[in-house]
Amino acid sequence: MSAVAAERAPAKRSVAASIWRFVRRHVLTVYSLLFFIYLLLPIAVVVLFSFNNPPGKFNYTWSGFTWNNWRYWNGPPGIQSAIFLSLQIALIASLVATALGAMIALALVRYRFRFRAATNILIFLPLSTPEIVLGASLLTLFLNFTFVPFGRVTILIAHVMFCVSFAVVTVKARLIGFDRHLEEAAMDLGANELKTFQKVTLPLIMPAVLAAFLLCFAISVDDFVVTYFVAGSSVTFPVYVWGAARVGAPAQVNVIGTAIFLIAISGALANVLIQMRREKHA
Amino acid sequence: MQSGNIDFGYAFTWAWGNYWTAIRDYRPQFIRSIEYAGIATVIALVVSYPVAYWIAFRGGRWKNLLLLVIIAPFFVTYLIRTLAWETILADHGFVVHTLQNLHLVSSGGRLLATGTAVVAGITYNFLPFMALPLYVSLEQIDPRLIEAAEDLYANKIRAFLRVTFPLSLPGVVAGTLLTFIPAAGDFINAQLLGGPQNHMIGNVIQSKFLELSDYPAAASMSFILMGAILAFVAIYALVVGTEQLTGTAL
Repeated sequence: MSAVAAERAPAKRSVAASIWRFVRRHVLTVYSLLFFIYLLLPIAVVVLFSFNNPPGKFNYTWSGFTWNNWRYWNGPPGIQSAIFLSLQIALIASLVATALGAMIALALVRYRFRFRAATNILIFLPLSTPEIVLGASLLTLFLNFTFVPFGRVTILIAHVMFCVSFAVVTVKARLIGFDRHLEEAAMDLGANELKTFQKVTLPLIMPAVLAAFLLCFAISVDDFVVTYFVAGSSVTFPVYVWGAARVGAPAQVNVIGTAIFLIAISGALANVLIQMRREKHA
Repeated sequence: MQSGNIDFGYAFTWAWGNYWTAIRDYRPQFIRSIEYAGIATVIALVVSYPVAYWIAFRGGRWKNLLLLVIIAPFFVTYLIRTLAWETILADHGFVVHTLQNLHLVSSGGRLLATGTAVVAGITYNFLPFMALPLYVSLEQIDPRLIEAAEDLYANKIRAFLRVTFPLSLPGVVAGTLLTFIPAAGDFINAQLLGGPQNHMIGNVIQSKFLELSDYPAAASMSFILMGAILAFVAIYALVVGTEQLTGTAL
């Protein structure tokens, strides 16, 4: 690369000029690429600093490469239990929220009932409220429900509450384009309601249900604000990061962040690539 | 609207005074929240519109992949993302050094613990909320409409102002709301990237609830925040709605 550049040194001006011409012609493209770099910069920093070997507690300046943070990912006390609690809550909350959300979506799309409009608004409300207001209201609610101890249960209730909205919206989008004739056909062929639901309705809305589950899981694992308000003394992973950030977050936080990012992005990437290949063949 | 304190328990007494105290004592934080969220929303709109436009009209078959890049930050935990910005903007980081060399920041100056850092953090964290709705509404525009405008002797800028931009307004509205609402209640960026002088109303609510256990004050403040946001949304919808009406009338 440098040899080529040296060879062309006399023609440097024209090279610069042609680069300038390219930039001018593709302003939007160049700008977008810069934008993507800006978007990805902090992610690169997170990944890079997961390999940092900080001399003290502060993982702010680069001071050497090491695998140790990855090898001893559960080194800092409390980090492992925080991760497990986060995963456990995310799993249960998204299962419950997806099941409830799918049913609510079915009811909202299929039936006309008395409080349908009110239900629609109620479902939409958590999506349009700042998280801090949600957290504060839930805390006030649980303070008055003295029989529910703060901790796992309150976090679960809170997560199910805001995840349901996302699940309903996701499943509803799929149900609106749903061909009811398919169900009628199944019924005509002698299937009862339950059988029709099992064999026709559920398989058809399954992609949306799966998407809702993944969305709920991602939101629940990542949620800090609401969790922080209702957690009591329980520590989920984001709450752990918050606590650690006040005294200097250990590099293992970046390790976990990187791991979550890699798992999520490879899943999403595989999905997009499969879609692109399918479109190409179609 | 409760009064009392943690030792004697709380009684519900219709204490409207909580609201007056909240507004009187924390007006700067309220105003700062609206200000920071507003600036961040405008910057996010200006910065991400060209990119959304580029993906929608020039993305071709790479569209989905490019959208994935836009939402990639969401795959990193919110707090860890913000901590990464703390590292980037740190006093000895290269960003501060570069700005110092360019004399944009005084030699002893810093970025952390300034309003700029907080606004930058908020803008970054909510960018995808702005870019995605913009993309969706731009993607739905029929390119033939723009061609038609150009056939009718509109130059590129006029075609954009008269055709493309008005048609993308639903995305602009959705994006602004999706960015502004969470941004106004945010306290993480102000806590990690700002100093005490940059605290927003979210920080006050958070500390009143979780550190000082002053529940009545905190509750009234979160209610005011929600009311303010609802009022803002209503006014915004009214303004944009009428503007769109006049737009079609022209």
